[in-house]
Amino acid sequence: MATTVTAPRSDTVSDDRRGGAPRRGDPHRAGAAPWLFLAPYLVLFVAFVLGPIVYGLYISLHRYDFTLPNKPFVGLENYTDLFTPGSVTFDVFWRAMRATAIFTVMSVPLLLVVPLVIALVMNKKFPGRNVFRALYFAPYVLGVAVVAILWRYLLDANIGPVNYYLGLLGLPDDTNWTTSTPAAWFALVGVTVWWTLGFNAVIYLAGLQDIPKELYEAAEMDGANRWQQFRNVTLPGLKPVLSFVTMITIIASANMFGQSYLITRGAPGTETRTAIYQIAETGLRNYQMGSAAAMSYVLTVFLIILSLGVFWLFREKQARKKEPPLQAAPMALRQGRG
Amino acid sequence: MRRTTWKAAMAAGVTGALVLTGCGGGSGAGGPAAEGVGEFTGEYDGPDVTLSYWNGFTGGDGPFMQDLVDQFNEEHDNINVESNTIQWGDFYQRVPAAVQAGQGPDVGVMHLDQLATHAARNIIVPVDDLAEGIGLSEEDFTPEIWDAGIYNDARYGIPLDVHSLAMYYNTEHFEQAGITEPPTDEASFMEALDKLKAAGFQTPFWMPSLWPGHLIWLSLTWQNGAPYSDDGTEALYDSEEGVAALEWMRSMVDQGYSPPGVAIDAQYVAFKNGQNSITWDGIWQINDLESNNIPYGIAPIPTIGDEQAFWANSHHFFISRQGAEDENKAAAAQVFIAWMSDHSDEWAGSAMIPARESVRESAAEFPQGVIAEEIESMRFLPPVPGVGGVQTEVLEPAVANSVLGEEDPAAALESAARRANELMERNREQFGD
Repeated sequence: MATTVTAPRSDTVSDDRRGGAPRRGDPHRAGAAPWLFLAPYLVLFVAFVLGPIVYGLYISLHRYDFTLPNKPFVGLENYTDLFTPGSVTFDVFWRAMRATAIFTVMSVPLLLVVPLVIALVMNKKFPGRNVFRALYFAPYVLGVAVVAILWRYLLDANIGPVNYYLGLLGLPDDTNWTTSTPAAWFALVGVTVWWTLGFNAVIYLAGLQDIPKELYEAAEMDGANRWQQFRNVTLPGLKPVLSFVTMITIIASANMFGQSYLITRGAPGTETRTAIYQIAETGLRNYQMGSAAAMSYVLTVFLIILSLGVFWLFREKQARKKEPPLQAAPMALRQGRG
Repeated sequence: MRRTTWKAAMAAGVTGALVLTGCGGGSGAGGPAAEGVGEFTGEYDGPDVTLSYWNGFTGGDGPFMQDLVDQFNEEHDNINVESNTIQWGDFYQRVPAAVQAGQGPDVGVMHLDQLATHAARNIIVPVDDLAEGIGLSEEDFTPEIWDAGIYNDARYGIPLDVHSLAMYYNTEHFEQAGITEPPTDEASFMEALDKLKAAGFQTPFWMPSLWPGHLIWLSLTWQNGAPYSDDGTEALYDSEEGVAALEWMRSMVDQGYSPPGVAIDAQYVAFKNGQNSITWDGIWQINDLESNNIPYGIAPIPTIGDEQAFWANSHHFFISRQGAEDENKAAAAQVFIAWMSDHSDEWAGSAMIPARESVRESAAEFPQGVIAEEIESMRFLPPVPGVGGVQTEVLEPAVANSVLGEEDPAAALESAARRANELMERNREQFGD
């Protein structure tokens, strides 16, 4: 997202220079220098991103167990198996993909809206604001293992305090939060929202603080009420931040693993076993690394399509409404993180 | 100049990628180690060696193992054993990768049902000569422990202990319910449950959906028949006996002896809290119960089916391919294993049952003694590569689903058996049978 906003700027820079006389720092005359600057990242990129991607493709074309001497080439068999009903991997894979979809569809809207509401509140001035900001962000610093073990006991249907307190309040106290669906989905989504909303809220907050005050003043002058201000100033101002948050939230939700691995163990049966969970089981526990690699590529394709969809959604609206592109977001992000 | 730097940068990148992919590729199996570790002489008088020793004793058994290692190091000047303790769950993922990379254990302990898998992967080497050298023979063990360590006519493990499923009961609850003897069969078990209910313990026997749910199912199935064919090539989950076992488990929930939806570990935590009166779990929990001062008794699980039988597993010492490649390490590792086997009576303090009959009597004074007496009733998984993975992938979800009432036992086991057999077939292809 940052690149879409900054790209025109750098274009103008190089256009300027192409017209003028060659100068020190011109990319066309710099020789090895840019590559030298790039080298550290390039090495890491090739070693940890490009290399594994290519090697993963290679693995997915073999029946691959790294402990065995022969890893026969099977062509596209690992992929065709995934699309052939009745094969060893078909059922488990698509059930896991379904679980991933359910979790993503349930969690993403909440993770977009709840942190926004919290950010709006936190953006107001009131005593103890910083304490609340810290409180909402606090769970995010915990590791998934801590979060999961904590909630596994809290949510336990028979020995956990959640049901006990629900009972004290006169509410149903026999919900099997970790061993039945759909309760397990509510539990997993709830825990995830509690755990990660702080991160999205901080990004929203940074975005909110970068919306020029004058816009609100002007809106007030025009007689806009709170809701109209939110719709016509806040939301458009947040759009670049929103598209970024949407994207990373979707990807994070689609990659959910730790929560269901540690809280529900995929229970009941394998209902809450997500795609990543299944890939880990297949590849790392059962050493069917070829199958697992094929699964991860299919998942990747899905995520790419989804990301393109999100991109398209945000771009299309921007073009139609003919709003000036907001330059505020990257600044905000830098401030928010720095 | 320009060009050289560019090339250097690319070269660095490519090398990075190659190093990375090289790790994954590994060197492949084979080599001299496959023949074994050579003759056992009983002593090691070579240069000083350091043995990397990996195990998964992270629970109440950990300190006992560390004491034994310390004692061994004290008694041997030229051998230094460095132990590395990793949770069993991670252990079986790490050992193959680490040995492949030459960074793994020289010697270690693994479960009996994992030996065949690791032997087939050429991670561990045969130790027949060592067994002979220590003077171990079939007579010192029950045939099942002894035979299950053999894969493709070679022995891959030296048994250290056996551990099994057992029944724990709350002695105070039993007293209040007027039960004087732990139940031994279905009739007395149901009678005990009813008495406990009458005494006010509403849900006396919680049926776990996950671990150790599948161990309970295996035990009950063995009491009636078998979960696998004799040669270990076929899963018989959906046999009449298997279905009956699972239906009985579910009936505990249906009849109200167990609350529905018992999550992992909940039944054991509930037992520690006095919320249930009876629980079936592994004997490795003994030290945990002891240290929490819970009024408990321990007995073999009752015979619900036709004959007494229950799930058991065993810790076996192994020597890795990596350890076998170095002559000195191989010799020292053998000395270490032999010493440990001789001292397995001290290991009984860890709540395990020594595997050797000649040292097993020492367990009699420990709580697990009552289980040790039943060693003939213990059943082990067949020595088939990959069987552990098949169980976690297929059997455990099927058992869990049925106990939770999500699926009919017969239907769940039928599809589980079909899928297990597909996976076992694929394993056979993979391991080249």
